[in-house]
Amino acid sequence: MNSLDDSAALPPPSRDIKTIVNAGLKRRHAAERRFRWFGLAAISLGLAFVVLMFANIIGKGYPAFWQTFIELPVAFDPAVIDPEGRRDPKALADADYAALIRASLRGLFPRVEGRRDLRELYGLVSSNAPFRLRGQVLDDPALIGATRSVWVLASAKVDTLIKGNINRTLDESLRPISDQEIAWVDRLIADGRLEQRFNTILFGNGDSREPEQAGIRGALMGSFYTLLITFLLSFPIGVATAVYLEEFAPKNRWTDLIEVNINNLAAVPSIVFGLLGLAVFINFFGLPRSAPLVGGLVLSLMTLPVIIIAGRAALTSVPPSIREAALGMGASKLQMVGHHVLPLAMPGMLTGSIIGMARALGESAPLLMIGMVAFIVDVPRGFTDPATVLPVQIYLWADLPERAFVERTSAAIMVLLGFMILMNGLAIVLRKRFERRW
Amino acid sequence: MRKQKIILAIAAAGALAGVAHAQSARDYISIVGSSTVYPFSTTVAEHFGKANAKFKTPKVESTGTGGGFKLFCGGVGVQYPDISNASRAIKKSELENCAKNGVAEIVEVKIGFDGIVIASSKKTKPMALTRKDLWLALAKEVPEPGTGKLTANPFKTWKDVNPELPAHKIEVLGPPPTSGTRDAFVELVMDEGCKDFPAIKELEKSDGKKAKAACGAIREDGAYIEAGENDNLIVNKLVSNLNALGIFGFSFLEENLDKIQGEAIDGVPPTFENIAAGKYPVSRPLFFYVKKAHVAVIPGMKEFIAEFVSQKASGNEGYLSNKGLIPLPKDQHTQVAADANGLKTLAP
Repeated sequence: MNSLDDSAALPPPSRDIKTIVNAGLKRRHAAERRFRWFGLAAISLGLAFVVLMFANIIGKGYPAFWQTFIELPVAFDPAVIDPEGRRDPKALADADYAALIRASLRGLFPRVEGRRDLRELYGLVSSNAPFRLRGQVLDDPALIGATRSVWVLASAKVDTLIKGNINRTLDESLRPISDQEIAWVDRLIADGRLEQRFNTILFGNGDSREPEQAGIRGALMGSFYTLLITFLLSFPIGVATAVYLEEFAPKNRWTDLIEVNINNLAAVPSIVFGLLGLAVFINFFGLPRSAPLVGGLVLSLMTLPVIIIAGRAALTSVPPSIREAALGMGASKLQMVGHHVLPLAMPGMLTGSIIGMARALGESAPLLMIGMVAFIVDVPRGFTDPATVLPVQIYLWADLPERAFVERTSAAIMVLLGFMILMNGLAIVLRKRFERRW
Repeated sequence: MRKQKIILAIAAAGALAGVAHAQSARDYISIVGSSTVYPFSTTVAEHFGKANAKFKTPKVESTGTGGGFKLFCGGVGVQYPDISNASRAIKKSELENCAKNGVAEIVEVKIGFDGIVIASSKKTKPMALTRKDLWLALAKEVPEPGTGKLTANPFKTWKDVNPELPAHKIEVLGPPPTSGTRDAFVELVMDEGCKDFPAIKELEKSDGKKAKAACGAIREDGAYIEAGENDNLIVNKLVSNLNALGIFGFSFLEENLDKIQGEAIDGVPPTFENIAAGKYPVSRPLFFYVKKAHVAVIPGMKEFIAEFVSQKASGNEGYLSNKGLIPLPKDQHTQVAADANGLKTLAP
């Protein structure tokens, strides 16, 4: 017994390690499982927030793609449009088309009387309806004297009611639309004079203070011009800088300093570039405020470091053997870079630039400083026209009191996100298709 | 390579020519200034642009009142704005700055009033607040009951402030110090609410500046929550937090009457009629300022001013009243319109 006890007290060394390992194994497995769970939890939490955000934005913004229209029988009364009967385009343009709309609404609801009630009745139709009639008459003066049924834009109030964003059961004083207005709208629905259509206005119009007439065309064009300037400036300069620093520049203290600075610039908060743009481009050079030209200049300052860093990474990934082979065949250094290295590095550079441009597209802070936070109705037609950009338009709409702007804000966010996904997708496609690995 | 160079050169020349062109003649009106006036100014700009096909629609920037005057007073010339919106009258220092930069003739146009409301969720019982209650609840330092000495604000609930009020935690969402609405709230509520306390009165006698600072200082211990400049955000927070009060412009109350209610201040509820009649105590006038030297240079300035002061825009039942502007009384409006159309300048 004793001897057996002794042998148990001194187990062979191999068994000892095994027990130690076995004892710790459970703990190590648990730690590993725990780590996996943490990772999974983090990812699910992140995904949940993304889903929540998308659901919220799409749920709010989806109705904005539909817009309510009202059909009105409009009598193009010659006495109102062209009392002199000369069909003079100027007289036709200046005529009181709102009177035609008013007459038509009174015809549909003949029992409405009194200034206040009539004002409410006229308020069913958007204030741009007369301009639509004017456009029709100017296109076709033969309309004068005829009676046509015209689909005109409903006011934001009616649109909000149709979309179910106003609680009908509330007391009249608590909702923005009165009982009789609801009764009129119900009449119009019963008569088939009211329908929802795809909202082309959202994509065709500039900004407006009337929600039903507000669109993102102006902001989209502003973003387009701004990004065009940004790309035209930052891509060639960025690529040239990357090529020079990577292939030609001597490695000394100066180039080290420049490299550190470029890396730092990429991390500078974007608002700082806005302040710089205000001081340099507007106050010193006297460029116009609110212009895509200045916006583009500021954003290219912001994008340049990103493109340079991406460009240098792409250049270093080209194997040195290709450079040596080219030089060995008697190519000059410029030929080596231009014919061999740059084409191979281009997909990587383009990917970096597109990602930089996508960042510039979503940027609003630096543009606040240079006056691009502005109400601009006219769609910009050049680089010096006053303009705003998509993220700033979202910011401006989010701050307006009218309820109907909430859905438009979300719709604009959806469009912006769409462009972002498109650009990032393009970057991924470029990388997958053209990038070569050695 | 050569071809590319030529194209680049042409592009650069084109861009420069475009810039030069834009600077020599601006054919649209440039407006800057208060974010409170922005919704009204933009509405008029849009109406003006639609009604007058020969003029471009003015550009309206939202820079805040102070920022607007800084730009406006930068000088005379097309690169400076023509009109500055303001949610308060121009200050003496700003006028001096203007004069220093050669902007001598300025036309002041009063367009109406804006009410500042203190609102809560519709689901709670309204509180009958006075400006004194509000000051006691929000001031950084209040007089100690016994001694009257100013000490750090000890009040936690509204009941502590005034026994008639409910025992809710004091929680007020309001604009940050950079906002014109905050300035107006301090001036119209805080400065008025503190007046009757003996401690403040004594301080007033000895050191007016200190008294003003004591009245206007808002507590920073979490009872007053700076909610940013976005008033829609405050409205949303009120809906989810039943005990909180929010401070914002009247137009946001009007748009959200189904969710929130305006609290009566000193017994007067914030309604359109009360503000227009001058009964509601927390309301302020809104202005825009015109650079007279630009009127002859920028096309459409005279017409734009005429549109803004017309009866159909800022008049009693004008389209701005639909956007939440409280119009001026009728005789005052007529006077303002006449002065504005006659370009009557401010006395230097």
